[in-house]
Amino acid sequence: MSTNVKEVLFKPVFNENPIALQILGICSALAVTSSLKVSFVMCVALTVVTAFSNLFVSLIRNHIPGSIRIIVQMTIIASLVIVVDQILKAVAYDISKQLSVFVGLIITNCIVMGRAEAYAMKNPPGASFLDGIGNGLGYSVILLVLAFIRELFGAGKLFGFEIFTVVNNGGWYVPNGMLLLPPSAFFLIGLFIWALRAWKKDQAEAPDFKIAPNSSEGETA
Amino acid sequence: MASNDSTSKTITVALVLCIVCSVFVCTAAVMLRPAQQANKDLDRKTNILAAAGMLQEGVSIDEQFSSINTRAVDMATGKFTDAVDVATYDQRKASKDPAMSDELGDADLAKIGRRAKYSVVYVIENDSGIDKIILPIKGYGLWSTLYGFVALESDLNTVAGLGFYEHAETPGLGGEVDNPNWKAKWIGKKSYDAENKQALTVIKGSVDSSRPEAIHQIDGLSGATLTGKGVDNLIKFWMGKDGFAPFLANLRAGEA
Repeated sequence: MSTNVKEVLFKPVFNENPIALQILGICSALAVTSSLKVSFVMCVALTVVTAFSNLFVSLIRNHIPGSIRIIVQMTIIASLVIVVDQILKAVAYDISKQLSVFVGLIITNCIVMGRAEAYAMKNPPGASFLDGIGNGLGYSVILLVLAFIRELFGAGKLFGFEIFTVVNNGGWYVPNGMLLLPPSAFFLIGLFIWALRAWKKDQAEAPDFKIAPNSSEGETA
Repeated sequence: MASNDSTSKTITVALVLCIVCSVFVCTAAVMLRPAQQANKDLDRKTNILAAAGMLQEGVSIDEQFSSINTRAVDMATGKFTDAVDVATYDQRKASKDPAMSDELGDADLAKIGRRAKYSVVYVIENDSGIDKIILPIKGYGLWSTLYGFVALESDLNTVAGLGFYEHAETPGLGGEVDNPNWKAKWIGKKSYDAENKQALTVIKGSVDSSRPEAIHQIDGLSGATLTGKGVDNLIKFWMGKDGFAPFLANLRAGEA
């Protein structure tokens, strides 16, 4: 049992990472990772939602009619997300302002729904809950790595504390402004996936098709 | 046991789920509303105090805010008014409501489209009258509307502070409007010149402090020409004749 728990919980962190292997939840990974504090709250919010949506879906999985199962999952996820959003607004107002629509967009985050459909519908509640936490952790690892790099090199700070004194404040560090913009997260995620697949070779996908040359002459030209 | 896919089972599951979820969501929303409202008020007050350069660490916001008197100004006459209740008046909503706002047309320097008929201002009084006044400002930068406050000293001319609490300008470039060093450059600048004409402006590049007009000029933000232009425009608008200039003139003359 204990090895099983460990597997369910930690497999999604590196072996089946939702962002790096399943390529899910990219949009929020781009949007909220310019500062560590915001990313951290986003990770906690997503982990809580994934875990509880998995739990509730799994609890009623034997009663969910196949024809409306997606909408049932969506209703559960949406309710949880609204509650999380309300709680954030009540206890962490500053951060909820920065996260703005992205908490609401957890509803459409493919990780949550993907796990409900792929795992919670078939597995008992306890394991589903752990699977939700595991996938939340997998998402969190990537987000926190991205946010660490982006905040440190983009703003010279970590969790809002100054690490490098930037030139604008009379220091020596010229911040890389591009790291604060969403496209930089694309490059970083790409590099992360590359590194992960170089380490764990079985994650690399077989090519879907082979690119043919333009013409037979093109080959010799 | 009936199959999960029968019509009656499908409808039952859907109904029960919807009721359970809606009760859950409603309970959370209703129970958390007072805390959220308190946060919103606190946030607004913090922004106002920060703009005025009066925010102190370690002192409760409500206590700091207690010296501030909230008043409404009729933008057409430039005088205080009691036409709206400042406790419930939502200026942002009003500026979108055709009945509560005016179309700006050619006068729309700050690219805001409409201006609310009434504006909330915050007056800090001491024994000898007005100590500071805080005015709400807004205008379009490069990507977004910047919302902020400007605070004036008792002469109603010297800037005591300026700050934006909401914008979506480029981080690191236009987002530097939040940089404390840049905001500090506003303090002590004069909004109006000797002939009482609006003169405060954000220039491109650095201010040459040896020149007489330097007292009205603010350094531009490097790499953020358009955001700087936007701030320049919104200052010109709100300090100008379609903004708070008539009100400030009345106040100076003691007729507001």
